[in-house]
Amino acid sequence: MAKVASGVDFRPLKLGGQVLKQHRDAVLHTSRETGHYAGLIRMDLKEKEPILYNKVFSRLRAGVVNARETAKRIAASPIVEQEGELCFTLYNPVGDSLMTSTGIIIHVGTMGAAIKYMIENGWEENPGIRPGDIFTNNDCLLGNVHPCDVHTIVPIFWEDQLVGWVGGVTHVIDTGAVGPGSMTMGPVQRFGDGYQVTCRKTGENDRPLRDWIHESQRSIRTTRYWLLDERTRIAGCHMIRDLVLDLIAEVGIDRYMRFAYEVIEDGRRGLIRRIRSLTVPGTYRGVAFVDVGYAHPDVNVPPYAKVDTIMHAPHEVTIRPDGTWKLDFDGSSRWGWHSFNAQPVSFTSGIWVMMTQTLIPTELINDGAYYATQFRLPKGTWQNPDDRRTAHSYSWHFLVSAWSALWRSLSTAYFARGYLEEVNAGNANTSNWLQGGGFNQYNEIHAVNSFEAASEGTGATAVKDGLDHAAAIWNPEGDMGDMEIWELAEPLIYLSRNVKANSGGYGKYRGGCGYETLRMVHNAKDWTMFFMGNGYMSSDWGLMGGYPAATGYRFEAHGTDLKQRIEQGLPLPLGPDADPDHPGYEQKMQAQSVRRDKQTMTTETIFENYDLYLNYLRGGPGFGDPIERDPEKIEADLNGNYLLPRYAEKVYGAVIYQDEEGRWHVDREATRERRQAIRQERIQKSRPTREWMQEERERILRKEASVQVRHMFATSFQLSPKFLEEFKRFWNLPEDWNLIEDELEAATFGAHHRMSVEQLPDVKRLVLVEE
Amino acid sequence: MAHDKKKIEELIDGTIDWETQHRMLSEPKDEERFQAYLEILQERVPWDDRILLPYQYHLYIVQKKDTGERVIKCDCGHEFCDYRDNWKLHARIYVRDTEEALSEIYPKLMAPDPNWQVYREYYCPGCGTLLEVEAPTPWYPVIHNWEPDIETFYKEWLKVPLP
Repeated sequence: MAKVASGVDFRPLKLGGQVLKQHRDAVLHTSRETGHYAGLIRMDLKEKEPILYNKVFSRLRAGVVNARETAKRIAASPIVEQEGELCFTLYNPVGDSLMTSTGIIIHVGTMGAAIKYMIENGWEENPGIRPGDIFTNNDCLLGNVHPCDVHTIVPIFWEDQLVGWVGGVTHVIDTGAVGPGSMTMGPVQRFGDGYQVTCRKTGENDRPLRDWIHESQRSIRTTRYWLLDERTRIAGCHMIRDLVLDLIAEVGIDRYMRFAYEVIEDGRRGLIRRIRSLTVPGTYRGVAFVDVGYAHPDVNVPPYAKVDTIMHAPHEVTIRPDGTWKLDFDGSSRWGWHSFNAQPVSFTSGIWVMMTQTLIPTELINDGAYYATQFRLPKGTWQNPDDRRTAHSYSWHFLVSAWSALWRSLSTAYFARGYLEEVNAGNANTSNWLQGGGFNQYNEIHAVNSFEAASEGTGATAVKDGLDHAAAIWNPEGDMGDMEIWELAEPLIYLSRNVKANSGGYGKYRGGCGYETLRMVHNAKDWTMFFMGNGYMSSDWGLMGGYPAATGYRFEAHGTDLKQRIEQGLPLPLGPDADPDHPGYEQKMQAQSVRRDKQTMTTETIFENYDLYLNYLRGGPGFGDPIERDPEKIEADLNGNYLLPRYAEKVYGAVIYQDEEGRWHVDREATRERRQAIRQERIQKSRPTREWMQEERERILRKEASVQVRHMFATSFQLSPKFLEEFKRFWNLPEDWNLIEDELEAATFGAHHRMSVEQLPDVKRLVLVEE
Repeated sequence: MAHDKKKIEELIDGTIDWETQHRMLSEPKDEERFQAYLEILQERVPWDDRILLPYQYHLYIVQKKDTGERVIKCDCGHEFCDYRDNWKLHARIYVRDTEEALSEIYPKLMAPDPNWQVYREYYCPGCGTLLEVEAPTPWYPVIHNWEPDIETFYKEWLKVPLP
């Protein structure tokens, strides 16, 4: 039972020398040769003992979920305890995941990559892998999303033989980067991105080592949260290790080991089945962008990083006749001097977070899906940097933006097959991130990262509106958290928490609206904060006639008279910033300075007590032509403050009026006529696409575009001759046309000189995608 | 589990009850859905060409009754192009690339900056329906959203002959 003809030995491993490495080589080789994970053309355990197979699955799945729910109570950080920013995953000996808990399941892949890195780089021999060991990792060069996601990895031994691994991750509140907060603004290189450890052995005999405890506390700001987060992770890992050992005692080691590989093949086949049952074979294309506005005076970074640019993520998805698929991101822009770069593993593993919300919404989410997918992430792009200096503290800025386009491609397929309930126009840009630090209300060194961003508007479907202030793509279980808890964790008092009108993209079905909270600094000392999100661009598009969600903007006020107004009982700026074209907060206070603009990325700014900060969480994109929206829904939007009246008229073509009690109504007949007229107006004001293309071509020939647009194209052209050729072909440009960075009025650090991590001695880089 | 035709009609109309919709989301997919969906859509369009595949909201790949050609057609009857071509190149376009034009859609601070991003609105020349809003940078090529492999879909996946 233990060995298959193709050569993979499923028995537990007695470590020593290169045993693990040889075992992983055999798994990869047979997977490639047979097209089935570890050569499992037949799944003997599942086929011969299906009840036992399902029992083992259910026990383990319940166990990992239970470990998460129990362990998170140890944490004091509201990010973990309130928002559920943690996850536990069980792996087989080669680091392929069997199953994962709920939570931030992007780490199915990132912790697996850490295990694989240890295998490939000889950890078996030095520092050794023994029962009771604890390893810690948060290294972005290995594939971690960002340094604040700290992994605890524990090997599982049955007697003295390795049977697998368990990993636990929490999103810690601070990693000692150049600025406070877990995803700080300002790092432009790894060396300012926060404390990073590389699969380091930090514990033996189930206890953390003292040097690790001492060193790590000195390297970060929020020590209490750091220590309790680590105990959370260790406790969860040990609960799962105990569960596995109990299960082995019950079902036998042979059956457990067989399961640990078959369940991955099961996951691979599961994805193929879902693709065939939900989609249509063919080629799908989309693109996503997001702004990087770094040339602004409020972004204090080195001069070579003060470049306005745009993230570019085109995709081509090919669904093959056999139900496997290829996701190709050729043409993407280059990595940059900011902290939004990603790594291939965070990109590919993160896609599974999204897929659990659409294509594979099952408990069977494991590395099997990876084995059914061919990823192509060209080297040098922002998803696969070819330089070891890159910063990653807010990778999500690019990741969530890039994935928004994948929703549209998948939804096109669902729509074609009639599975309208699965259609989703896309995900919101999951910002703003309110972050900062200093001395808090308890006179301690502190850092904050408000996870209110865990509740954004969701995309519209083909059946109904998106959900308002509901979720974030990176944690399907996230919520906005209680204001009272945030006020305990942050020296920031709530003056309001309201729906953000007009933030969801319009459509027959609109995107969910986001929300906004107005925070007043109170009882802080030496305090700074900053903004992070999209402002000049929307990162999502609407679907099939729907509009993108609104962009972000910033509002902050310094040197206010709020202390005096509170003492005197005068009106305060409470409630929403309802219509930013007609600002209301400024009418209810005096301030020495107010910043109200689209610069939604800033580095640390000093905030005194009674200063204000508006935290605006974005909406989702819409579906279908807005002039098809049901008048009843428009009335509900108006009366619920989800929509400003002038946009009911301009975008929805509604003829509206208010009754004596102030309630809005839509005149059905007048609206029908108005919408008919809008159709005619559209035809009159528009022109044939090919006619417009001639004008746009002339602009390209004159190289007439902002520097950020040209910078984006130049970096993509440099990395992808194919993208350049297709661009020239589409616009019918001369054969010798090109655009290079040296032509631009911007710094070009990184354009010509780069050095990758595998050029370091004794380092073997893990390559898990086609490059 | 197969769903009643009435429920699929309600799904298309957006009037379906949440309980049924939730079941549709959480249960294995009903393989019969595609045929039932096609029949409903075919009944609703005012023309006789056979729908092979719904291409997107309002647009269909149809087999023309008279010539047998496969084209992309709007439910108003307007025919765009061969099904392998990009229908957007045959549509009418309105580009919002100024602050004024973008402010018609969102308050100024909540609208994109045209130096970074524009809206390209594609309308059906026949009925003026807004079929797609692209939101790219200036200069960006018009995206060809998808090219379905209809032969494989019918013959190998649905296992029914292609009309």
